[in-house]
Amino acid sequence: WARGLVPFGPWNWCLLLATLQCCEASSELNRSTDSSAQHELHVRFAAASSQPAETISVFTLDYDYVQIPYEVTLWILLASLAKIGFHLNRRLPGLMPESCLLILVGALVGAVIFGTDHKSPPVMDSSVYFLYLLPPIVLESGYFMPTRPFFENLGSVLWWAGLGALLNAFGIGLSLYLVCQVPAFGLGDISLLQNLLFGSLISAVDPVAVLAVFEEARVNEQLYMMIFGEALLNDGISVVLYNILIAFTKMHKYEDIEPVDILAGCARFIIVGCGGVFFGVIFGFISAFITRFTQNISAIEPLIVFMFSYLSYLVAETLYLSGILAITACAVTMKKYVEENVSQTSYTTIKYFMKMLSSISETLIFIFMGVSTIGKNHEWNWAFICFTLVFCQIWRAISVFALFYVSNQFRTFPFSIKDQCVIFYSGVRGAGSFSLAFLLPLSLFPRKKLFVTATLVVIYFTVFIQGITVGPLVRYLDVRKTNKKESINEELHTRLMDHLKAGVEDVCGQWSHYQVRDKFKKFDHKYLRKILIRKNLPKSSLVSLYKKLEMKQAIEMVESGVLSSTAFSAPHQAQRTQETKRLSPEDVQSMRDILTRNMYQVRQRTLSYNKYNLQPQTSEKQAKEILIRRRNTFRESMKKGHSLPQGKPAGTKNIRYLSFPYSNPLPAGRDMKVAEFTDHDGSDSELPPITFNTHSPTESIQERRWTPEVIPMKSLHRAGMPPHFGYGRNVSQEEHLGRSRRAILRPKPLFHAVDEEFESQEESEEEAAAFGSLLSAELRPGADGNLSHSPLLQRK
Amino acid sequence: MANPLSASSPRAPFCLVSSDQIEQLHRRFKQLSGDQPTIRKENFNNVPDLELNPIRSKIVRAFFDNRNLRKGSSGLADEINFEDFLTIMSYFRPIDTTMDEEQVQLCRKEKLRFLFHMYDSDSDGRITLEEYRNVVEELLSGNPHIEKESARSIADGAMMEAASVCVGQMEPDQVYEGITFDDFLKIWQGIDIETKMHVRFLNMETIALCH
Repeated sequence: WARGLVPFGPWNWCLLLATLQCCEASSELNRSTDSSAQHELHVRFAAASSQPAETISVFTLDYDYVQIPYEVTLWILLASLAKIGFHLNRRLPGLMPESCLLILVGALVGAVIFGTDHKSPPVMDSSVYFLYLLPPIVLESGYFMPTRPFFENLGSVLWWAGLGALLNAFGIGLSLYLVCQVPAFGLGDISLLQNLLFGSLISAVDPVAVLAVFEEARVNEQLYMMIFGEALLNDGISVVLYNILIAFTKMHKYEDIEPVDILAGCARFIIVGCGGVFFGVIFGFISAFITRFTQNISAIEPLIVFMFSYLSYLVAETLYLSGILAITACAVTMKKYVEENVSQTSYTTIKYFMKMLSSISETLIFIFMGVSTIGKNHEWNWAFICFTLVFCQIWRAISVFALFYVSNQFRTFPFSIKDQCVIFYSGVRGAGSFSLAFLLPLSLFPRKKLFVTATLVVIYFTVFIQGITVGPLVRYLDVRKTNKKESINEELHTRLMDHLKAGVEDVCGQWSHYQVRDKFKKFDHKYLRKILIRKNLPKSSLVSLYKKLEMKQAIEMVESGVLSSTAFSAPHQAQRTQETKRLSPEDVQSMRDILTRNMYQVRQRTLSYNKYNLQPQTSEKQAKEILIRRRNTFRESMKKGHSLPQGKPAGTKNIRYLSFPYSNPLPAGRDMKVAEFTDHDGSDSELPPITFNTHSPTESIQERRWTPEVIPMKSLHRAGMPPHFGYGRNVSQEEHLGRSRRAILRPKPLFHAVDEEFESQEESEEEAAAFGSLLSAELRPGADGNLSHSPLLQRK
Repeated sequence: MANPLSASSPRAPFCLVSSDQIEQLHRRFKQLSGDQPTIRKENFNNVPDLELNPIRSKIVRAFFDNRNLRKGSSGLADEINFEDFLTIMSYFRPIDTTMDEEQVQLCRKEKLRFLFHMYDSDSDGRITLEEYRNVVEELLSGNPHIEKESARSIADGAMMEAASVCVGQMEPDQVYEGITFDDFLKIWQGIDIETKMHVRFLNMETIALCH
């Protein structure tokens, strides 16, 4: 069905676009034709009191009143529709960054506005941009930054982002100044300061746009982190530079700029940067602290998060510190604690709302860009523009290769030339540069139009040409790929490795990252967490997960009517068979989340970051799945009755594990769910809808049976584990059914295990998925005998 | 001191340590051993930060493991001299990009073998479920609130996963004994251990962590 939509998609999209444009154009046409009438309409309200209206108008048009919100809404809607169309096409997102699309939409809107001779509402001016449009974008980047790789590569990132921005800005500025000195180009009136300012704003890169392309190519983590880090810090540094240079420009007498002023400028740069970070961290801690107390009013948790972040931005701006760095630092600091404190829904809300806000901001900025493109305020100067383009590339190349040459000396794993080429090529400009150019005060910059034009040219060039070709380039260069597998083993080994490394480093007395990190973590545990995390949370989120699962399992069992309250009591022989570790994929997923996030503290899944999307929540589908399953189990149990035949004595049972290597086709249903959560961006759309045919109990059970690969653990025998489950279904039937519902999986080693009852007659319930079954520790040794109660229930 | 780790020595591990690093390590060795020619297990108590490491015992054990020292196929040595110390440290040398593919593979295998020995405490060549559990419990021992059952479940899950990766489809009656070294290699196949298993030999004065 997805395939069917693809040809339909673009059509649909075009149609919608067309209609929207029509309505927008018509409204603008309407507006422009009765522009004179507008006056009267406008005045009508004011005049209503002074003179009686001639008639009661039955139908009037008051466009002025709603113009700004109306047009803004239309633009956002248009961009959203375009994005929908963009993502419906399977290949497009991997080919070009989404910025391309937004720019095109902007250009379209600009064309319409220009064509209908409409005056676009002055939505973007300096204060609106800096106060409302910029913070969400920065907040979103800061919040979704994968912390562990960032801090692991912190030195390199700071060195590269900071110095790179400075080098680029000054390099481009100076080179352009030299070009301006040539009288033939007619640029003599652009002073050094103006050139430097232009350099600083044109060096603001927005490489996040290409990150989506990188994801497709699955580049290695360090490279990804470099680009991400650069995006994060680059905006801040550009804006700081921009402001300082504007301040310089305002000092009217150019000759009065003493060296002491320049030194003051440098000092100010440092203070602004560090001060911003400082405030951000403070606000991060405050908001984390406050979320500790919000358990009874969880609806305002997102509000707290957003308001404090925004406050950090504003406070920093008040003190002329860098608001961008402040909000970034706030997001990074607060994320860890807030995520533990807030409820699940608040967490989701925060994520989605952040994406939404940043999406809106960016859309608006790009629309503006489009509007500016198609208009009359351009000044074209071949020399300036061409040289700008050329110098941008040259200086970026210089900064990349020079800076990385130096930092490679200190890195254990240097960036290869290929990596550096990719970094060089990903210098795509975006909304940031445009905004800064647009907001140049005309009084200080008589040739502002030239700057705007040059900026636009650079943006168009880099976004379209570089953005589209960076994907093929990465593939061509065969950059070192990441090898992330999502498996318990990997996490386990990684964790072991961390400790091992720290230990060995301790032994040989070397000092390195890991010890710093360890020390920080200890400090964190001892002090910070006590203050910032809610008291009633169990210290281990794993325990809380168990409790949650316990409840859920209990509810499930009661609902399905299979289990009575005696399930919670001591091991009962007759109940044993009902002991289906019914941990749903959702639980498994949350278990996995907890594992990855907390206990093992493994790096975040960096490659799943996408600026424009959040990964589809798998839990909704899983919830549906659970619902279906519950219905079935209920029906099952109704038919089967509650008396279960006695199984074989414990001793003869083996714990059987059905293992499902990924190459096998999986039957539909929860397998897909499990598949989903290991997928990054789901092949969700490729999975056929789950249909559970529950014609008859036996059939339905068998449908859910998986290909019976069994790995009885002999070692478990040795350990004295009570083996309980066995299995006894015929393979062929299931395989047949399984094949009929092939799920398309990513080629990752997925792993599913199923514990099955060893009852020959009794149809056991299906097992959820890997860890789930394990959690329901069949493997409990000792007196439990055949009891397959989960440790959760046991504890009750 | 002559470099005992020349490539020609049959006992030399493939990943060598450079000579200035040897100097540093020698100094450290003397610190640890209290100027004795050999180190015993008790000397590791002098490293304060190691106390807080959850897998401390395994790490210390690894230093004395005969398999790592290439002195045998099982058992623990009582004491190690500097040469042995270097042998162990050389497992953590970052893989040089100038090495050719074959050397890289060999180096990688050596590192993985070191890791394998950490898991396989009874030296039977297999990582059994019990040993895996042991490791997981130790790893989680730093967190006092995680119960043993959880650790066990996780170990079991990992084992299952390993089984599925290594053995793939199994017959209904097949028994999975444990992870052999080859299976272990398979698990690590996609993951580039070269970037992970190294210790930065920074060129700065060792911060005296050992008093």
